[in-house]
Amino acid sequence: MTAVASETTPFRALFEERQNRGERPDPPWLPVHRREAMERFEELGFPSTRMEEWRYTSTASLARAPFVPPVPRNSHAVTVDLDLGGVPTSGRIVIANGRHAPALSAGAPPIPGVRVSSLAETLRRFPDRLAPYLSQVAPVPGSAFPALNTALFEDGVCVIADPGAAPASPIHVVILADPDGARMATHPRVLVLAGRDSEVALVEEYRGPDGADYWTNAVTEIVLQDGARVDRYKLQREGRQATHFGALCVEQGRDTRFADHSFSVGGALSRQDIEVRLSAPGAECQLDGLFMVRGSQHADTHSRIDHVAPHCSSRELYKGVLDGSSRGVFHGRIVVRPGSQKTDAEQSNRNLLLSREALVHSTPQLEILADDVKCKHGSTTGQIDAAALFYLRSRGLDQAAARSMLTWGFAGELVARGRRDLRGCLEVVLREGLPGAAPERAA
Amino acid sequence: MLEIRDLKTAVEGKEILHGLTLSVAAGEVHAVMGPNGSGKSTLAHVLAGRPGYEVTGGSVTYKGRDLLELQPEERAREGVFLAFQYPVEVPGVSNLYFLRSALNALRKHRGLEELDAMDFLELAREKAKLVRIDEELVKRSVNEGFSGGEKKRNEIFQMAVLDPTLAVLDETDSGLDIDALRIVANGVNQLRSPERAMIVVTHYQRLLDCIVPDFVHVLAEGRIVLSGGAELARELEARGYTWIEKSPEGAEVSAS
Repeated sequence: MTAVASETTPFRALFEERQNRGERPDPPWLPVHRREAMERFEELGFPSTRMEEWRYTSTASLARAPFVPPVPRNSHAVTVDLDLGGVPTSGRIVIANGRHAPALSAGAPPIPGVRVSSLAETLRRFPDRLAPYLSQVAPVPGSAFPALNTALFEDGVCVIADPGAAPASPIHVVILADPDGARMATHPRVLVLAGRDSEVALVEEYRGPDGADYWTNAVTEIVLQDGARVDRYKLQREGRQATHFGALCVEQGRDTRFADHSFSVGGALSRQDIEVRLSAPGAECQLDGLFMVRGSQHADTHSRIDHVAPHCSSRELYKGVLDGSSRGVFHGRIVVRPGSQKTDAEQSNRNLLLSREALVHSTPQLEILADDVKCKHGSTTGQIDAAALFYLRSRGLDQAAARSMLTWGFAGELVARGRRDLRGCLEVVLREGLPGAAPERAA
Repeated sequence: MLEIRDLKTAVEGKEILHGLTLSVAAGEVHAVMGPNGSGKSTLAHVLAGRPGYEVTGGSVTYKGRDLLELQPEERAREGVFLAFQYPVEVPGVSNLYFLRSALNALRKHRGLEELDAMDFLELAREKAKLVRIDEELVKRSVNEGFSGGEKKRNEIFQMAVLDPTLAVLDETDSGLDIDALRIVANGVNQLRSPERAMIVVTHYQRLLDCIVPDFVHVLAEGRIVLSGGAELARELEARGYTWIEKSPEGAEVSAS
């Protein structure tokens, strides 16, 4: 236990320093949560691969050297384009190195009924609105890192949609890392409160430079009140040496619809933990995801869909494309609680291995404690289809182009399931993840 | 244009073609007929260069070059086209995008300028009309969810766009009803030209009512056992394949 304790010690020191400085805009209820979370983090410690949830994903690289707190950036010369490929949005809000960066954000005409602002500012101005939700949705049992985020987050994004509000275009959230040579750890936080019958689309984009060893430990909490609809697009485009942990926790009320579209191409090590609670009848969720890794990248997705209430449905489609000696992990758990009759759940994980050295671990799990339910799950892992490859080559495409086109076809399904106005932008992300020459436009 | 001499081909260690000889000149349409298992499809695939089809003897010369040395894509760029018996579905890749990439690979090889999306669309429209394929079908993912007839029509459409000098049609009639067959055959006839040679592989005479060949060859047990004109196809239809085994050539096949 000493080893584990020593890994968490620097984080405790940082925590105490910040609490004592009292510079945070925390409303009185928040430090209590933070302290509890810090204790939970210490109790759980850095996971070992002996833990079932972390069996295939080692966090040893994080303990290699200490992390430093980030230096705030606001108007720093950012070399990445942040305009989402020109897609019209309902404004862009940028969190750089864990803090709101107004100079990098781009205002849009105010959206009636929707408030998009920095989390720190919202905590200062409307603490009571956030009290029932912030860090209440998130506790992911057994996972230390969301707890660490709760203990240490400084800022993030808060989206509050009033009842019935429905902006036509997506809200663009950018979580930017600019470590400038420092081994930095940030704990950005996103909170979305979708009021009754509101409809919100959100693009949550993670960016950072290649070649930098930094750690993003993000948490997103989304609450859907009755009748609300939220579409979230996660674009994980961290730098190639980065570590990305992202937890998503969703609480769904009656007749709500939540869709997540997750595209992961960046990071040396990435892990997402998804927890969706279908808490009232009529709630539907769709979890779509694609990860594309190569070289020695490691991408892990753990999802848990909790059918708490009857008459809910869930659909999950995760695809992985693995090249080089990369590793992928998909662990999808569907829980149907006692009494959650008429649950309709489907889960599918499909992986494409482009090299002999690549490896994927796929574990779909059903835990069904009700008797009148419809649940299906399946997992396939394969290589490029030889017949299809020959078909394309027989038309004049060389081996590399044909493989690339088939890979694109495999991955492109997830793009086609997204909003029309975002598809061009999703294709850009795909192209980043696709080894070799990528088609300019496949569908 | 194409000289096949004493070609022997094995698939998974089993020899299927036992010494096939066939000569095809530009402008000619040759029908290759024969019972199931005679090696018709093996011939079609070995000409296109399918991996796993091992040439164990003989030679294939195409436009004066050793065809067997070329990769499948190099053959395509040199003007060889195979219309598949079972066209492959490629989900997520649009037909138009796929075909434009293929055509541009061919054009690049020939030192021609690549076509942009607009110019290609115009060409595709014109060819779609020629082979009477629905434009909507052309825009969808390659063969995905197509009916059997639609897939075959798509093959002929691809052939029209890629404009090959040697087209090999592998059982293009299989699984088609008579109307679909006429449409496909009509497309093929539109593409007959003095510069282009075609090898039409089929089990049935009925395709040859619509695509009248210059020569008909009967393949049995991996060899051509009988050659003739278009009338041979009608004789086969009337008498079946069994009488060949009783003919002198057939006797030789049985003996081997």
